Amino acid sequence: MIILENVSKSYSAGAPAVNNVSIHIKKGEFVFIVGDSGAGKSTLMKLMLKELEPTSGKIYINGKYLNLMKHRKIPMLRRDIGMVFQNFRLLNDRNVYDNVAFAQRVVEAPTKVIRRKVPAMLSMVGLAEKYKSYPRELSGGEQQRVALARALINNPPILLADEPTGNLDPKNSWEIMNLLDEINKRGTTVVVVTHNREIVDAMQKRVIAIQKGMVVSDERKGGYL
Amino acid sequence: MRIKTLLYNIKQGFVNIKRNKLFSMASIATIAICIFLISMFYAVVVNFNYMIDTLESKLCVTTFFDKDITDEQIASLRETIGKRAEVSQIVYKSAEEAWEEYQVIYFGDKAELAAGFKDDNPLANSASFSIYLNDSGMQNTLVSYLNQLEGIRQVNASANTASTLSDFGKLVGYVSVALIIILLAVAVFLIGNTVMIGITVRKEEIGIMKLMGATDLFIRSPFMVEGLMIGIVGAVIPLLIMYPLYNNLIGRIMVQFQTLQTVTVFMEAGDIFKVLIPMALIIGGGIGLFGSIITMRKHLRV
Repeated sequence: MIILENVSKSYSAGAPAVNNVSIHIKKGEFVFIVGDSGAGKSTLMKLMLKELEPTSGKIYINGKYLNLMKHRKIPMLRRDIGMVFQNFRLLNDRNVYDNVAFAQRVVEAPTKVIRRKVPAMLSMVGLAEKYKSYPRELSGGEQQRVALARALINNPPILLADEPTGNLDPKNSWEIMNLLDEINKRGTTVVVVTHNREIVDAMQKRVIAIQKGMVVSDERKGGYL
Repeated sequence: MRIKTLLYNIKQGFVNIKRNKLFSMASIATIAICIFLISMFYAVVVNFNYMIDTLESKLCVTTFFDKDITDEQIASLRETIGKRAEVSQIVYKSAEEAWEEYQVIYFGDKAELAAGFKDDNPLANSASFSIYLNDSGMQNTLVSYLNQLEGIRQVNASANTASTLSDFGKLVGYVSVALIIILLAVAVFLIGNTVMIGITVRKEEIGIMKLMGATDLFIRSPFMVEGLMIGIVGAVIPLLIMYPLYNNLIGRIMVQFQTLQTVTVFMEAGDIFKVLIPMALIIGGGIGLFGSIITMRKHLRV
């Protein structure tokens, strides 16, 4: 599902942000990517989304070879990947329904499909009642659930979550992680970049640790290094 | 792109204009001023050319023949002159016709006063060609040509009035084109700025759209709609002002300056606006679209 072969990325003459990284993530896996700030986690995510080009190495996402992908094909690649961010990145001038529907409009889904799928997705993340609320009226946990609903509404086979619990208290963090686990059990490949030691240790999932742009450990049922 | 998506993006274009009210209005006002000036220049130039054309159609070069010229020679001259590209029409006036015309003008109702000249035409050598031109600017060339023809005694031309008029018309045209180009550049710059502000305001939204897999066209189309709409609204406003203004102005000129009626002929508003309406809409929409596209190329990397 996600294959990185000897991938390196250098921004300038200094040390590479990602250095000869090889990662194979199979369909349906749940993987944590952990590491200190500046370890190269964000660069890795950007490489997977083709926001950045690798300096060397090969990247395959859902069977698509990114290195030779033409610019006009990038939107199709990104439709295969749902994204969740630490700061939620919701549109503050739109309510919950419109924020989730926005993801469907972007991929030009028919209106009747939007009307059917958005309420169902909001029910799944437990926000069916709050569809008219604006992001500022929601708690952090609720905002992240809206972001999750938005990321999943187009049924992407892969979900990338960049520090999804970074702005949440422990209770909300667990709620989000349980939701991610649930989503993974339904077949979506989930990759979570996180600093949250407690969650990583407790969930006993595959953990890939990165330091100074290199993979320093990759354990099947690991914990935070 | 689906029709629903297209409608959604058109709506987003209007949302952009609404969000960015002040700048949108400034852009609309600038385009409106530009197009108003363009329309005015157009009306002036078109009317000027129309007047020149009308005047030109009345202007002619008159030639008189040598005393002993035969009818065959006149016919031959007519054929030769008629082949010239600048000649549109040749009207022959015999000495008898010239005298009859003169009597009407000079003696008027007192035709009996001319009886003394009954058998002695004072204009016996005044048979002539009235040569009408396609282009008044070619008058001097034709006069030079006629002067060196055998059988022609005298060539009368209306000094340099026609070519001066024609040159002045060209000058007005050049100045107008230069001003219009400057104004259009200003309008494109202002629309570009408005769209750039729209892009800046929606930066976060655009970033999210990109990550969700929006196509380039989907991201760009609301800004194209924004530019196009600003351009079109900017074109409609001066047209609405110009139409009654033109009619009113022409009416007033013709009433206040009645002497002008003999030398000036204005085009009907309908004839001018038949061209002006599509021209203004195309220019307005075009600069709106062009302004937004060049701004997106610079500031919206998708």
